[in-house]
Amino acid sequence: MARTVNRISRFNITSLALGLAFLYLPIVILVIYSFNASRLVTVWGGWSLRWYHEFFNDRAMLDAAWMSLRVGAVSATLATLLGTLAAVGLARGERFKGRALFSGMLYSPLVMPEVISGLSLLLLFVALDAERGFWTVTVAHTTLTMCFVTVVVQSRLTSLDRCLEEAAMDLGCDPVRAFLFATLPLIVPAIAAGWMLAFTLSLDDVVIASFTTGPGSATLPIRIYSEVRLGVKPEINAICTMVIALIAVLIVVASFASKLSSARGESAAPL
Amino acid sequence: MSARRVFARPARFAAIAPYVWMVLFFLVPFGFVLKISLSQTAIAQPPYTPVFDLTEGLAAIKAAFGELSLDNFRLLISDNLYILSYLRSLVVAVTSTVILLLIGYPIAYGMARLPRRWQSVAMMLVIVPFWTSFLIRIYAWINILQHDGLLNQILLALHIVSTPVVWLSTDSAMYLGIVYSYLPFMILPLYATLAKMDVALLEAASDLGAPPRQAFWLVTFPLSLPGVGAGALLCFIPIVGEFVIPDLLAGSNSMMIGQTLWLEFFTNRDWPVAAATAVALLGLLVPPLLLYDRLQRRQLERGG
Repeated sequence: MARTVNRISRFNITSLALGLAFLYLPIVILVIYSFNASRLVTVWGGWSLRWYHEFFNDRAMLDAAWMSLRVGAVSATLATLLGTLAAVGLARGERFKGRALFSGMLYSPLVMPEVISGLSLLLLFVALDAERGFWTVTVAHTTLTMCFVTVVVQSRLTSLDRCLEEAAMDLGCDPVRAFLFATLPLIVPAIAAGWMLAFTLSLDDVVIASFTTGPGSATLPIRIYSEVRLGVKPEINAICTMVIALIAVLIVVASFASKLSSARGESAAPL
Repeated sequence: MSARRVFARPARFAAIAPYVWMVLFFLVPFGFVLKISLSQTAIAQPPYTPVFDLTEGLAAIKAAFGELSLDNFRLLISDNLYILSYLRSLVVAVTSTVILLLIGYPIAYGMARLPRRWQSVAMMLVIVPFWTSFLIRIYAWINILQHDGLLNQILLALHIVSTPVVWLSTDSAMYLGIVYSYLPFMILPLYATLAKMDVALLEAASDLGAPPRQAFWLVTFPLSLPGVGAGALLCFIPIVGEFVIPDLLAGSNSMMIGQTLWLEFFTNRDWPVAAATAVALLGLLVPPLLLYDRLQRRQLERGG
């Protein structure tokens, strides 16, 4: 009996290890080659920061990176606001008219092919005669990413014990105060995770941005994409490494924040 | 109970802003896609490609009120290019989903059998690549798969092959890219159902004389079917409309529908046909989308 259990777990560990290696190895290789001194991506010419210098002297690439960071920050903030409100509506609103439509509109963009979302938003912007650029991309990204925020925050809200907010109301809080002082502190980690997810999704998107942006305002992924189509360039490895580093920092911050707040939540629970 | 009802009203109030936003930027745009897909451009008929400009696009919308036509859809079913790319999209999506299931299931199973403490670490490790840019991950594979890339160097050094193998611009590279990008989407729902399963059920099966393999097929697998369904839909639907991965990794001799749409829109600048392609793609995806919507709603509203 014990032997079979052992054998199963060895199989489990092997498949898990292989799976993780498959997920991580390509990224590790990319990062290592970004420090390669050689112009040929595949020949190792020693460690160097040459391609990082190249990036910081590439005006067009820098502009695109700046555009992406701005779009990411603004759209993630809008998406977090709207997505949290939507999650509260779905998790606490009980039944209301149009609820099925509401949740359908919020869940389907999670899997909707990007070519459809991109094309449809572009046709809307053209019909509205909106000038395409920063704001059209930001609105498009907000629409997509607020759905992810909704799912993250909603699942936290449904798993939350409602005693606290009901107790707060029994003690005389109106619903808004009960939400602000009892519920909100407990879902802050989910909201923070939602913001970060929205930011990284925006930083990642090629297709929707290609449809909704205008001339002269390419985002970083659009530029990376057009370079990649022409072949591998060491400068791109350097840019990708920096994006990965940025995201890694965000993830570490997020996990610390959630640890901190869950510790606080536990200490608050006995009250 | 009454506290809940008091709470519900302001909560519904909170939903107004996102509701309006989604109607305006998600629902209404589909109306425009539909309208333009039915619009007959005054400029030219197929086989001539009507050239569209930003300003003429507006005119086309106005014209669409007057004359609706199914010509763009007739083109879709009469031209082999479109039918072939729909078929290819379906084949690619089904094949990739099956491969993802075969690879993802053992990994999710391994995660669910880890000690509790390690489970959250393993889950974190699976989620992190999903956070790092998907374009970057495809690019990472181009690095490895190119003519003088790492894979060929290793194969040559080990004398497994004598000349570099062409990996890029092949279907295998595309499948590799798709599986690589969507693997976390398959693992996470599978893991969620497998981790929730009661181990006592397996012990009961073994007490009743079932060998582990039989116990797996009779107990574990049937109970994990909701996770299999969720993972499959989560991968299948977006893969059908995938654009970037086939564009960067597959050869150019056959296209998926997302690529056809892109080509019509950006290269041929034929917006009505691109819109019609989108409508047809959406129609194809309505049944799986509804199924996915139901699963998602059930999962999110039951809590846990």
